[in-house]
Amino acid sequence: MTQTFLGMPAASPEEQPHTGGWRTNVEVPQDTLRWGHTFPEGAHKTLANTQMRRNLGHATRTIRNKRQLRVDEMPDWEDLREAAEAVKFEVASRLPELLEQFEANVTANGGIVHWARDAAEANRIVADIIKSKGVDDVVKVKSMATQETNLNEYLADEGITAHETDLAEMIVQLADDMPSHIVVPAIHRNRSEVRGIFLDRMGDAPEDLSDKPEELAGAARAHLRKKFLHAKVAVSGTNMGIAETGTVSIFESEGNGRMCLTLPDTLITLMGIEKLVPRYQDAEIFTQLLPRSATGERMNPYTSMWTGVTPGDGPQEFHLILMDNGRTKVLTDPIGRQALACIRCGSCMNICPVYQHTGGHAYGSVYPGPIGSILTPQLTQGLDDDDPVHTLPFASSLCGACAEVCPVKIDIPTILIHLRARSVDVKRRLVPDMWDVAMNVTAPVMSNGKAWLAATEGVKATRLIGKDGRIGALPFPASLWTRSRDLPIAPKESLRHWWKRTHPEGITPSRTATDAVDAAQPDVTEENR
Amino acid sequence: MRIALFATCLADTMFPQAAQATVSILERLGHEVVFPQGQACCGQMHANTGYFKQAAAIVENHVKTFEPVLDGEWDAVVVPSGSCAGAARHEQRLVAEHVGDAALVKRVDALSKYTYDISEFLIDVLGLEDVGAYFPHTVTYHPTCHSMRVAHVGDRPYRLLRAVEGLTLIELPDEKVCCGFGGTFSIKNSDTSTAMVADKAANVMSTGAEVLCTGDYSCLMNIGGALSRVNSGVRVMHLAEILASTKEAPFEGHASFQPSKDQVRL
Repeated sequence: MTQTFLGMPAASPEEQPHTGGWRTNVEVPQDTLRWGHTFPEGAHKTLANTQMRRNLGHATRTIRNKRQLRVDEMPDWEDLREAAEAVKFEVASRLPELLEQFEANVTANGGIVHWARDAAEANRIVADIIKSKGVDDVVKVKSMATQETNLNEYLADEGITAHETDLAEMIVQLADDMPSHIVVPAIHRNRSEVRGIFLDRMGDAPEDLSDKPEELAGAARAHLRKKFLHAKVAVSGTNMGIAETGTVSIFESEGNGRMCLTLPDTLITLMGIEKLVPRYQDAEIFTQLLPRSATGERMNPYTSMWTGVTPGDGPQEFHLILMDNGRTKVLTDPIGRQALACIRCGSCMNICPVYQHTGGHAYGSVYPGPIGSILTPQLTQGLDDDDPVHTLPFASSLCGACAEVCPVKIDIPTILIHLRARSVDVKRRLVPDMWDVAMNVTAPVMSNGKAWLAATEGVKATRLIGKDGRIGALPFPASLWTRSRDLPIAPKESLRHWWKRTHPEGITPSRTATDAVDAAQPDVTEENR
Repeated sequence: MRIALFATCLADTMFPQAAQATVSILERLGHEVVFPQGQACCGQMHANTGYFKQAAAIVENHVKTFEPVLDGEWDAVVVPSGSCAGAARHEQRLVAEHVGDAALVKRVDALSKYTYDISEFLIDVLGLEDVGAYFPHTVTYHPTCHSMRVAHVGDRPYRLLRAVEGLTLIELPDEKVCCGFGGTFSIKNSDTSTAMVADKAANVMSTGAEVLCTGDYSCLMNIGGALSRVNSGVRVMHLAEILASTKEAPFEGHASFQPSKDQVRL
């Protein structure tokens, strides 16, 4: 998000005073869905960032506890989730006709609808509208769609400065950083880092700024107010479009959104084509699910809904850009397309232990966490094993906590497994890799009792290398296990052999229950002495 | 009842004590146990790593081995692993669907209705919470992710543990958070897995319990490996091992991560 004009090198981070010790550890990527590193590479780097991990651990725990509190007080929470799932299923099934209905209603109410096949097209449309208004400065509401298209970077190259007005998004922008979370972009920062970023990068920050949240918010408010009052054009995303009425909405907490949506003369909204609901009444479901899931609030402080334009009130020109950018390809996968139901609440991130340790940057996409792991590889179709994106479906221990909290009941673990299978299916290597070999060698053995019996004899070999009942070091790739964990040595007798010895008839001998225990127990003990 | 034991590939080779204990409990309660020789693995590792074609052969073998339960040969299939019970209900179906084998989907569905994790079998089928066990030690329980969220064993393991005479159950902080095993995840994302298991091990140690118990040896291998690396002194045991222990005959299977020659007795 550098705002440097061509030919002028950006100030290197080293030249900054780094008040509060903040550092930006990522570069703004060319492709926001594909930063170029694999998940294990990204995680290796972020796991070493102890400050970030503490910040993240604290923040995710706070949000997840709040969410649980607000969910527990809803007697019909499960019904709401099911209703949301059904609405989103309907949207996926009827998307083309709903989009046409939506377009017709937006147009009928005085809005102007554009269609964008991809990010480049979307960015071009936005830039052209801004230029047609003769301005080089716009205000922005936090939006994942514009993150996805890297709009700010594109506009900067076109000589247009986009000011992020969401507090967290502004922190990220000032620090030349990338967001680490879809709802809480600066979740990886603590308040002393935020103070440092403001003092170093926000020209009008008070010199005696402390790290108290109220003071930080006050500084941001003063800084932003001028931008709101001068802006002629605002850019937003949207949480939900309603086909039946042509209504668009924004859910936010700070009021910056309301300012952007009402003050400027021109409003440009970028919307992914999947963010529709069919009927106005469907909004009822999502206005309950979204704030509780996202921030643990009963209701978000500001919900703005607008339908086209209203003479004399609010923006007099409203542009809506409907963007595909890979979504129709996702729609063709009957299992994977559930990911399009996502309402971007981030609750899967807040509960995910992988995300909590690695942070968002490890995922190498503006969509991190569990939902990112299924969305990014589908939007980019990056499942080839040469594509770093293909490592994302493997960036999960499949613990399933994400699916449990998802307000629209996306079965993330199942989709992860499905995408892993798709990734394995598209492998084009002539020489099989370690995993191909391991899986191909073990499968025939594990699908035949006799072969399994023969193969398990080899497990006893671990007794030769184990010391004191455990193995502390093994060569690669087993070293990936033993560098942090011991491995127990295998027992002398496998279960199968024990069974044959203790149950020569093949089944439990017909004795009394007590006899059976006596028959089984001493042998086991004897063996391990 | 006649019960077919599905030992699981991991228990068969590395942790036979879980399966031995399961046999011991069922026999003590007066049931007949059968060990179908054709069994090997449920296919979860291959499926979860994306190798569905290879997993399909494993699933086929599993179904073929245990299908006699449908004809009344046995009354149930019992497995000392919530994870493998979950695979029988979920992953096996995914695999059969992915390879387009509709007949296998049906067979998987039919068999899964007869497949029980040991805690489910004791409570749901036999109607028991107190199985007559005696285990005079402090225990903390980690409800493994697949047991909780795929097999849905719920609070059954806790109910069984609370009914054990002499046992003191200590709550594990952040019990529902994954230990970072995840099968091949622990190798493919070794760094992240290590960070996750470090948290879990720290939580286990914070309880001061003598024994960490779960219903899955896969997770115990992971957490136990981390606890062993720091010489924590916490012993890991499967739920079945604890339930198999009685006053008259304390269960003493092979103790993992313990000196093998001079085995420490609890």
